[in-house]
Amino acid sequence: MRKFQLSDKGFDVLNTIFVTIIVLLIVYPLIFVLSASISSPSAVNTGKMWLWPVDISFSGFKTVFQNEAIWSGYRNTIIYTVVGTILHLVILLPCAYALSRKEIVGKQFIMWFILFTMLFNGGLIPTYLVIQSLGMIDTIWAIVVPNVVGAWSILVARAFFQQSIPDQLVEASKIDGATDFQIFFKIVLPLSLPIIAVMALFHAVGLWNQYFNALIYLSDETKYPLQLILREILILNEGMMSGGAGSEGGSVNSFAEQIETASLIKYAVIIVSSLPLLIVYPFVQRFFVKGVLIGSVKE
Amino acid sequence: MAKNPARAISLNSRLDKFKKNVLLNWRLYVFLLPAILYFTIFHYIPMYGVQIAFKDFYATEGITGSPWAGFEHFSRFFDSYYFWRLIKNTIILSLYQLILFPLPIIFALMLNELKNGPFKKWSQTLTYAPHFMSVVVIVGMLVAFLDPITGIINHVITSFGGSSISFLTSPEWFRHIFVWSGQWQTLGWGTIIYLAALSGVNPELHEAAKIDGATRIQRILHINIPAILPTIVVLFILNIGSFMAIGFEKVLLMQNNLNAETSDIIQTFVYQTGLLEGQYSFAAAIGLFDSVINLTLLVIVNQVARKTSENSLW
Repeated sequence: MRKFQLSDKGFDVLNTIFVTIIVLLIVYPLIFVLSASISSPSAVNTGKMWLWPVDISFSGFKTVFQNEAIWSGYRNTIIYTVVGTILHLVILLPCAYALSRKEIVGKQFIMWFILFTMLFNGGLIPTYLVIQSLGMIDTIWAIVVPNVVGAWSILVARAFFQQSIPDQLVEASKIDGATDFQIFFKIVLPLSLPIIAVMALFHAVGLWNQYFNALIYLSDETKYPLQLILREILILNEGMMSGGAGSEGGSVNSFAEQIETASLIKYAVIIVSSLPLLIVYPFVQRFFVKGVLIGSVKE
Repeated sequence: MAKNPARAISLNSRLDKFKKNVLLNWRLYVFLLPAILYFTIFHYIPMYGVQIAFKDFYATEGITGSPWAGFEHFSRFFDSYYFWRLIKNTIILSLYQLILFPLPIIFALMLNELKNGPFKKWSQTLTYAPHFMSVVVIVGMLVAFLDPITGIINHVITSFGGSSISFLTSPEWFRHIFVWSGQWQTLGWGTIIYLAALSGVNPELHEAAKIDGATRIQRILHINIPAILPTIVVLFILNIGSFMAIGFEKVLLMQNNLNAETSDIIQTFVYQTGLLEGQYSFAAAIGLFDSVINLTLLVIVNQVARKTSENSLW
C-alpha cells in the first residue's frame, strides 16, 4: 500500500513537470513577442533580448500608430467584423430556430441540403466566378457574404433551440395568439443569449483573422483588412512600401530604411493586431469552450 | 393499374397538407429563406459551375456557353510533371499532421490528472491562447524567429557554434515548421473536447480500481482512454475527412520559390493556376479532383468506423 501511494505521488510530480514544460513552450513565443515589441530593435536583432525587454523603447508602437495603412486596416477589419457578425446572426438564428420546430415540412430534406455543403463544394474557382458575376469584387460583400454561415453553426444553434426552448412555451404563446415572429423575437431570442454570444464570438474571431478572401477579392488597398496589411509588413517585408491607404504622397523611402522600419514595427504590430482578441479572450473563454462542446454533441 | 390513381390522390392530399402547413406557418418558412438562398447561391451554384472543369471556359461565353472539353484538363493534370510532386507533398503533409493526432489526447489526459486549482486553470487558459491568433501573425512570427540573421533561433544555433540555417527557404525544413507550428497553435484548444469527455467518467470506477490496487497509469489506460474512445473515433473520422484540406491558407503564406519543392500542394496550385494565371477550367478540374478524393476518403473511413465500432458520423 505504501509503495502504491508513493508511485502515485511520483506520477503527480512528473505529470506536473511535463505539463509545466509544455505550457512554457507554448507561452515562450508569446512572451518573446511581447518583450521584443518594447525593446530596441538592435537588441532584438542581435539576440541580446531573449526573455525580458532590453533597452525599453516604445518607438515600435509609435511607428505603428503613425502608419496610415495599419489604421485603415484596423478600421476596415472592425467594419467587416461587425457587419459580418450581424449578417451571420441574422441568417443563422431564424434558420436554426425554424429547423428546431416540428411544424416545418421537409425538414429532413432541408437539413441534408445544408449538411451536404460540408461534404462537397464547388471549390475555389467556381466560387470565385460566382462572387465575380455578382459584382462583389472589391466590395465589403466579398468579405462578409461568402462563408457567412456554415452548416456546423446551424447544427449547433438548432441543437441549442431544441434543448432549451420548451415546446409547451411555444404552444402556450401560440394559443395566446402570438405569431411565430413575436415568439421568436420576444421569447426565443431573450432565452438564447448564451448561444448568440457563442456564435457571434466564433464568427467574429474568424472574420478578424481571415486574410484569404480579402487577398483574392480585394484589389483596392484602401479596403484591405488588417490581416492583409500585416501580411505585407510581416511576411512580404514590404514594410510601408506604398504607404498603403491614404499614402502621404511622394514620401519615397529607401529600401534600407524600409527594412529598418519593418524590423522596428514587426513585433509591435503583432501585439496591436492580436491584443483585442487576447484581452477579451480570458473573459469569454467559457463561451468558446461551451461552443466547442455544444458543437460536439452528436445529432 | 389501380395503384396509380390512389397514389395521385395521396400525392394530392399531401400537397394540400403542405399548402395548409405553409399557410399556417409561413413565418417559419420565411425564417428559412435567407439561409436557403445563401446555400443555393454560394454553395450549389458553384457546384453547378464545377462543370467548367469539363469545358474550355471563356468569360465572354459564360459557364453554359463555353465549349465542352471532356477530360482534357484532367488528363493534362495527370500527365504533367508536377502531378506526382503535388500528390506527394499533399499526402506527406497530411500524414505528418495525422500522426500527431494523439498529441492533444495525451495532453488532455495529462491535464485531467492535475488537481483542480489555479495551476490547471492557468495551464488551460495559456495553452488555448494561440488558437486565437491569425495565420498571418503565426507565419509572421515564424519569419521573425527563424530569420537567418536576426532570428532568435539562429542566434541560439550560432551561439552553440553551429552555422545559421535559412529555415523558411529550405524545402527540407518546410514540413516540420508547418506541422509543429500548427501543433503549437492548436494543442491546447484541441484538448477541450477530450477534457469534457473525461469529466464525464464515473468517479466510482476510479474508486473501485483504486481499491483493487490499480496504479494511476493503469487507471488512465483502462478507464479514461476507453471512456473517451467514441470521441476519439468521431474526431479521427472528421480529421480524415479533411485529410487533404491542410491549412492551405497557411501553406500559401509560408510558400516561396525556394521551398516550393515541398510546399507546393494541390490547393496552392489551384490558387496559382486559377486565380493568378487565369486558367479557370484547368484549376477547377484540379479542385474537383481534390474534393472528390476528400469526399471518398470521408465515406470510406466512416464506413470502416461504422463496421468496426458503433461510432460514425452517419
